Amino acid sequence: MRKALSVAVIHLIAWAIGLMWMIPFLGLLMTSIRPFSEISHGWWSIKPFTLTIGNYVRAWNLPGAPLREGLVNSLIITIPATVASVFLASLAGYGFARFRFRMQKYFFVAIVLLLALPPQIVGIPVFSLLKQMKLLNTHLGTIAIHTAWGIPWLIFFLRNYFSTLPIEVEEAARVDGASDFTVFYRIILPMSIPALISATVLQFIWTWNDLFFSLITLFSPEKMTAIQRLPLMKERFLEDWELLSAASVIVSLVPISVFSFLQKYYVKGMTAWIGK
Amino acid sequence: MLSNSSGILRILFFLPALLLVVVFVFYPAIHTVCTSFFTPDGKFAPLSSYAAALGRREVKAALIHNFVWIAIHLPVTLLGGLVLAVLLMHVKGRNFIRPMIVLGMVTPTAVGGLIVRFIFDRRLGIVPAFLTLFGVSPKSWISYPETALFALILGSVWLWTGFSFILHLAGLQTIPRDYYDAAKVDGATPWRSFFAITLPLLRPVTLVVAVLTIIWELKTFALVYTATMGGPGVATNVLALQMFTDAFQRFDFNSGSVVATLLLILVMVFAIPLIWRSAR
Repeated sequence: MRKALSVAVIHLIAWAIGLMWMIPFLGLLMTSIRPFSEISHGWWSIKPFTLTIGNYVRAWNLPGAPLREGLVNSLIITIPATVASVFLASLAGYGFARFRFRMQKYFFVAIVLLLALPPQIVGIPVFSLLKQMKLLNTHLGTIAIHTAWGIPWLIFFLRNYFSTLPIEVEEAARVDGASDFTVFYRIILPMSIPALISATVLQFIWTWNDLFFSLITLFSPEKMTAIQRLPLMKERFLEDWELLSAASVIVSLVPISVFSFLQKYYVKGMTAWIGK
Repeated sequence: MLSNSSGILRILFFLPALLLVVVFVFYPAIHTVCTSFFTPDGKFAPLSSYAAALGRREVKAALIHNFVWIAIHLPVTLLGGLVLAVLLMHVKGRNFIRPMIVLGMVTPTAVGGLIVRFIFDRRLGIVPAFLTLFGVSPKSWISYPETALFALILGSVWLWTGFSFILHLAGLQTIPRDYYDAAKVDGATPWRSFFAITLPLLRPVTLVVAVLTIIWELKTFALVYTATMGGPGVATNVLALQMFTDAFQRFDFNSGSVVATLLLILVMVFAIPLIWRSAR
């Protein structure tokens, strides 16, 4: 009897906290799908409740700064930056996992240390560098910095994964005359698909969600990312919550969908720190 | 067994990644640290540039706010994530609730900034509305210096508790069931098992979470940028934002570099021991 009661209480608390955690997002969602007149005394009053997609249409086509354009820019930046960094880091990660050379340990620690850097420590030189390379205010420049920025963590994560793979298969292939690259491409990559998905999911979400690098590399309104437009919208349409809530939901929906479909891989990537 | 050329070819595995990292991460970081030692007119004067930066009211405020952030956010998310992980270990419907807690982790922090404005808004916010039930007259928390920082910290608790939650949950799943069964046979209460088995075995996880949380707190940028831009006044200013305003709004690259280096030092104090341990 007492046991049943405590189980019930635990369920109640767990569910209450879980639902409470949804409130901020639920609030945005409720505001975004209704006309402002209905939520001006709080989105939780649901009488009357009129469903509308008007706020989304307005954000999507916002004159001068349509969110549609921002989403396209975000994809143009995020997809290549994710693919390139995961591929390059998997090459280097394999090298660290299997090749032996002098000072290897220190070399690896030095690269991994870079994953902790605050973006602000590279901001000014990256700005000047891209300016000299005529890549400032171009998507290519933003892709370059994102690709480089993701690599240290990805090397750390992928190297740890590659080290756990059985070496016998590789040795057999080498005896048959396969080159390092063939082994990597034909054996290692196919065996590492789960880790590569984790790496891709995390790098995609991080790049999509970034604000700082976009702010310092992209200035023309038509080139800005979706995330970058949110603070600008806030400045221009101060407290216009119909617009801001719809825009927030649209921008968040991309990383949230990636997470929902690939949850298992997201968690695998996140828990890499305690893998050892 | 390996042909001679393979040694040289092996460099190609590292070269592209290394090149990008050196050009866009390593060299820029060194460059910023060096710039921080010089005055705007090119004189090498490390002491006076740092003294000048630390003497500024907004930099001092930023430093203090970063520490206040850690002092509140670290214990709350650390403990919150742990408690939630234990709570959601066996509860029915956990596959629905768990992703809810993680939602904040994948939400863009810039959206997090708007959410903070939204839930603490005088008219639309659920928190001020809830507090009116206790007779507190509603006000927009982020518009007042005495509540703005606290509102942002609470917002970042929502965003980040998922991290502590996921890692503690993964840690819990590595503890063998037998330990608890054995403890039960010996007559231990669930509380006793928690303090004698769960907590000590999770210690390494908690340590990692704590260090990564501190690093995340120190790097806080987008949340403050979208919510308040450091205001009202300097009430919510933090180092990462101060670097941005110095370098990219006032175009003072020297003081921007000093602030960035201060931030780097703080982050590395925590990052170096962690990475030395986990990268070897």
